[in-house]
Parts: sequence; C-alpha cells; structure tokens
Amino acid sequence: MNLLLGSLTIGLILSLLGLGVYISFKIFSFADMTADGSLTLGGAVAAILLVSGVSPLIATLAATGAGLLAGLVTGLLHTRCRIHALLSGILTMTALYSVNLRVMGKSNISLMSTATLADSAEQLGTPFFGKGGTVLLLGWQVASRDLSVLLATLLLVLLVSLLLYLFFRTNLGTVMRATGDNPQMVRAQGTDTGLMITLGLALSNGLIALSGALLTQYQGFSDVQMGIGMLVWGLASVIIGESLVRGGRLGLAICGVLIGSLLFRLLVAIALRFGLNPNDLKLITALCVFGALVLPGWLGSVTARMKGGSHA
Amino acid sequence: MLEINGYHKTFHAGTPNEVKALKQIRLTIQNGSFVVVIGTNGSGKSTLLNAVAGAFLPDRGTVLLDGHNITNWSEHRRAKLVGRVFQNPFSGTAPGMTIAENLAMAARRGRFPGISWALGPHLLDACRDRIRTLRMGLEDRLDTAIGGLSGGQRQALTLLMATWQSPALLLLDEHTAALDPRSAERIIELTNEIVTRHRLTTLMVTHSMHQAANLGDRLIMMHKGEVVRDSSGADKQRQRPDDLLAYFDQLRRREMLDESAAEMLREQYV
Repeated sequence: MNLLLGSLTIGLILSLLGLGVYISFKIFSFADMTADGSLTLGGAVAAILLVSGVSPLIATLAATGAGLLAGLVTGLLHTRCRIHALLSGILTMTALYSVNLRVMGKSNISLMSTATLADSAEQLGTPFFGKGGTVLLLGWQVASRDLSVLLATLLLVLLVSLLLYLFFRTNLGTVMRATGDNPQMVRAQGTDTGLMITLGLALSNGLIALSGALLTQYQGFSDVQMGIGMLVWGLASVIIGESLVRGGRLGLAICGVLIGSLLFRLLVAIALRFGLNPNDLKLITALCVFGALVLPGWLGSVTARMKGGSHA
Repeated sequence: MLEINGYHKTFHAGTPNEVKALKQIRLTIQNGSFVVVIGTNGSGKSTLLNAVAGAFLPDRGTVLLDGHNITNWSEHRRAKLVGRVFQNPFSGTAPGMTIAENLAMAARRGRFPGISWALGPHLLDACRDRIRTLRMGLEDRLDTAIGGLSGGQRQALTLLMATWQSPALLLLDEHTAALDPRSAERIIELTNEIVTRHRLTTLMVTHSMHQAANLGDRLIMMHKGEVVRDSSGADKQRQRPDDLLAYFDQLRRREMLDESAAEMLREQYV
C-alpha cells in the first residue's frame, strides 16, 4: 500500500511534466527537448534555495520561474533566430546541463535535513491524520505523512490543471491553441505566432520545472541527471492519456494527461516490483512510446485490410 | 485607400529559377472600390495580393494603406487593417477549434489577446446574429469544431471573420476556386452582399471570367508581373466574359509571335 501511495504521488507530480509536454507537443506540435533540462533546472533551483534557507513555497515558485525562462530561451531561439524546433530545444537542454551544475555547485544536493513542501503538507495533514503515526486506509496501515503528501499533491495538481484549463479558455489561451492548429489563420487575425509559440514554451517549461521542484522535494534530493529521458516519460503520459480519453476537447485532454501519467507510473512501479532492472527503465519507456505511436496505425490498417478482405 | 508605388519583387534572384513576379506595379484603389484582378497563370495576380498582405517584403517600392506606410509591416501587423480569405478553405480557420472560438479571434483581430474570457455571452450572441446572415443554419452549431464543416461553410465563416471588424481592405484570393460550383456561387453572393453592405474596399483575385465580368466596379488584368489593362466605370460594365477571353488569346498570340519571330531571326543570323 505504501508503494501504491508513493507511485500515485510521483505519478501526480509527473503529471505536471505531462501537462507541460502536452502544451509543447500536442498544442504547438513542437517536440521540445528543453524538457529534460528544465525538469532538472526546477529541481536544482528548488534544492539550492531550500538548502540556503528560503521557504519551500518561494523556492518552488522560483524554480517554476526558472523553467519559464528556459522555455523562453528555446522559444526565442526558434522564433527569432529561426533555428529548427528540435535543435533549439537541444541547444537549451545542453546549455542547461552546465547551468544546472552551476546552480547546484555539485552534481547532487540532499534535502534530508531541510524543510520542504512535503513537510508543509505533513503539517497540513496533522489535524486530520495525527502526527508521525499511521492511518487505517481501506484496511491498510499507511504512514500519515505519505497520505498527507499524496492528498496535498492531488490538490495542487488539480488546482494547476484547473488554472491551465481556464487559461486556455481566455483569449490568449484560445489564440495559443489556434497557433498550433493553423498558424496562417492566426497571422491573418493579427497575432504574432512567434510570440505565441514563445509564451507557450515558457508556460510548458514552467510546468515541467514545477514538476521537477516537487519531485526533488518529495524524493529528498536533486540530481543533475534526474531529467534524462523525461521528455519521453511525459510523452508516454500524454499518449496513454490520449488513447484513453478521446474526443480532443480541452478539458478531457487535460484529464487524460493526468490519468495517463498516474497509470504509466503505476505500470512502472508494478514492473519494478516484479523484478524489472531499473537500468532498463528508459528502454522500456521508449518502447512503450514507440508502441503507443505505431500500434494504433498498424491495428487500423490490419482491421481495414480484414474488412476489405471480407468484402472481396 | 490603397496605394502601391513602384512595387518590384523578384523570387530566387540570381538563380536559374529567377522569376520577376511583380514589375514596377503602380496601383491606387479608392475607398469603397471593389477591384477584380484576373490574369494568366503565373501572371502575378496572387503575388500582388500576398504583397499587400505582407507575406513577403518588396525589393523596391512602397505600399500605403489607410494613411499608413505599411511597406515594412509584418503580416500579422497588417492584419489590423486587412481582412483575408484564402484560396484554400482550410487556410482561414482553425479546424480543431469551435466555430465560436474561431469567431472570437476574429472579433478581436489586431488586438493583443489578453487574459479575458474568450467566449462571453455578448460574443456568443453576436456570433449567432452574424452567422445567421450566412443563412447556412450554422448559428445553432457554435460548439462544433470547424474541421467537420464543408469547404463552402468554412469559406463562408472565413469571409465572416475577415469582415467582422470592417477592414480597411478586404483581400480575396481566388476564394471560390477550390469549391464545388454551387458553393462557389453561394460564396460569391455572400461576398457581394457583405462588400456592398459595409462598402468595403476590396481586392479580389479570380480565375473565373464570369466572376470578373459580373463583379466589382473595376477590372485589372495582369500578365507577366505587370498590369496590362485597367478598366472601370462604363468601360468595366461593358465587358463580357468572351471579351476577356478574347483579350487573353490576343496576349497569348502576341507572345507566340514574339517567340517565333525570335526563332526566325536566330535561324537566319546566328
């Protein structure tokens, strides 16, 4: 049960990564490699600020801001310097590797003796679940801290998702969605598509850095390598969510990403529990995304051929 | 008023594919005038429209619109003054978004999209009222994604979007060319209706001699990047589709004569 709680919490935290990837990849059709760097950047900024005594809330906000800036850089490289989308993300990601080392001063920071948002969440939960003990949940004894953290994360993620949904229903959000849908139309309606892409990438990487900051505080350390492969992880959540929740409406799509992220994390936890070598995790993730991208098309063509065959 | 002065544009300059697309174009369009442009393939008629819309910048020359020198304005900045309908019915609307969301963007054309609610009740009412003027029954389908509509419906909505805020200039780029004859006719009716109702200054490119003869109050014929004929008033009203075709035939024959004469001279002297 504790394993389940942990998986759900990490799944929720990484659903913010999923939402960020959803914005860049689905709304703007922009495969933004910055994600790998900005997730680590969020963790690095949050960790160094926490260690130097800044309050967890401000550290988390600052980490989000750093992610916004990283996305801004990628956006400007792409729209103002006219660098290929993939390459501008790779440039920022590579540069961020050094930036992250500079921010942290070393390759990892431990937060074991530092107050984090997880501790704040535990305090919030104390009136309900008691302090430091265990709670009976559906017949299982679980640590009250774990439960508090999970619920606090859930609330935060729901709040962020709601804000994101509302934002995409404003004029600015509407034009951003249209930019990915039909840039020519957006220009003809008088909006600079370059600006929209830049703002969208900033928003996307802000969310990803927020995810990194929360992950760092949950697991109790930040590591310069923690972002490797995270874009693909985010893609997996987005694609799983998309296959579960069809229809393409904005609210449903956002819910889909949340569910996709939770589900993917659970699958990974189960696989690890049954002896998957953690070193193989990235390979499995990549294979999952590959399968999710290719299989629907193959299945579609196979069923179409079978139908064609029965008619003949 | 639109004023184009000495507009010159060469594509792929200095390569074997060099095309002098527009040669020293000089054109003034008065407010409220409905100008139809026709021309042979590659005559530069669509290029002229794109030049005004700002799809590229000129090699030489200036463009003035409504008292602004817009020569160096970007495409999206010009959209404050210019409404456009494209040849491709898919170009003018965002397919994954609803009718209401598309119209919401048109209602705020040229203004920075702020953090205000996109689909307020006022806007939805205005959408319904305006869509009703299309008489296509779309006013009850504001929540439908535009991608599911027919080309004709999409083009009608694009027309509505381009003229939602009366633009200083309306650009129509062969906007019925990709439609079936019945939809094309309907769109032309709507175009005429909207342009007349709002007295819009309009520049329309067409490939249809029929439309060229029947629409507008001024007719411009282009050939090889130049304006070869410009008629308005009674002169324009007199012209029938057959006259226009005859004129293009004449142009073509003159050209063939040029080529065969050159060939003859080459044989004799080179």
